[in-house]
Amino acid sequence: MVDQGPNAYWLVLASFFCALILAVLPFPHWLAWGRPEWVLLVLVYWVIALPQRVGLITALLLGLMLDVVEGAVIGQNAFALVVVTLLALLLYQRLRVFSLAQQAAIVFVLAGLNQMICQWVQNLEGAGSTTLMFLLPAFSSALLWPFVLHLLRGLRRLYGVS
Amino acid sequence: MGLRLFLVALVVVVLLVADLRFNSLQTARSLMEFAAAPVYWVADIPSRVGDWKNEHLVSRSDLLEQNEQLGRENLVLQGRSHQMASLLAENVRLRALLNSSAMVRDDVLVAELIGVSPDPVRHQLVLNKGERDGVFVGQPLIDADGLLGQVVEVSSLNSRALLITDATHSIPVQVNRNGVRAIAEGIGSLTSLEIHHVSATTDIKEGDLLVTSGLGGRFPIGYPVAVVSKIERDPGLAFARIMARPSAALERSRHVLLVFTAKPAAGN
Repeated sequence: MVDQGPNAYWLVLASFFCALILAVLPFPHWLAWGRPEWVLLVLVYWVIALPQRVGLITALLLGLMLDVVEGAVIGQNAFALVVVTLLALLLYQRLRVFSLAQQAAIVFVLAGLNQMICQWVQNLEGAGSTTLMFLLPAFSSALLWPFVLHLLRGLRRLYGVS
Repeated sequence: MGLRLFLVALVVVVLLVADLRFNSLQTARSLMEFAAAPVYWVADIPSRVGDWKNEHLVSRSDLLEQNEQLGRENLVLQGRSHQMASLLAENVRLRALLNSSAMVRDDVLVAELIGVSPDPVRHQLVLNKGERDGVFVGQPLIDADGLLGQVVEVSSLNSRALLITDATHSIPVQVNRNGVRAIAEGIGSLTSLEIHHVSATTDIKEGDLLVTSGLGGRFPIGYPVAVVSKIERDPGLAFARIMARPSAALERSRHVLLVFTAKPAAGN
């Protein structure tokens, strides 16, 4: 993925790195449940923008990294992100022509799915949430989608990543 | 895409089973944790900036006041520690008379928090001390007020600790007043622990201090764990429903202590 010509793939890697940092950045206690799924947002953007470059393998590696950083069961986030990426790969042509609101709605569904899978694996471990609060990140992720989209699209055009 | 999907799915399933069922990824995890160290380092910058601000942008009068307060505190603590020294010596003599081995004071290592688990259900801390500093898996972690948890993962630079309030954590405790033993289990809330399997007639009251009992050999004896906050005795149930509030400042401590226990001290 990295060494194909003069393309600025470091941008993709840098954005993933930033997303990982945002994923563990200390949050105020009352906001803890609503932390957006940054890694998922960035990954979904790159899958839609560069479906031939960013795919399942990227999702797997990124998910494993997120598992380690979060201290989750190894494979939990990898599983969730692979499923989300698969759906995004199947939908990317439609997603590209959707309006911002429609895209946000799809992101809401994808993030919700991500949370459910994570919850499912955590329940296997015996540390699941007892309330439905774990679905809150789906809302915050959907709300942040337009912001992430514009930022990453601007950067991608600036550096000509394709 | 079909083959790739199959391969990826296979890898995910194998990893999940290996970690959940057989717990066999400890080495791989600590290696990857080492690779993830830059992420923690960057994520910790805001709190370091906060610390720097607190240290350097303080008015003179505040510093003077703080200095005076610390001086007073130090005086009181020193006074107490003189008394402590003689009590300790007396304790050792008495224990020698009773033919039990002496209680040895534990060594501690100060560690700084560089991350907390982003998942509110998972109560874990990331510390800036690792294998290099002699941290080991299972090491108890305390703060100024009581027991915090234990180390569950060690990489060369960092380590990860599980708090006593995590839903997967249990700890053997005893009531400080009369030595009644019990198990305190985390329920995934930072402010409460559940005490299990204490029969309804046991002598345990609200406000009782629970300390580590040292049973199980993982935690040293005598560190405060929690204070009993609520007891419900339902005649229809075999056991009392007991909740306790952790003594340690679980969501506030930034500096924590890793305890190096001296080898088997309890001798009864």
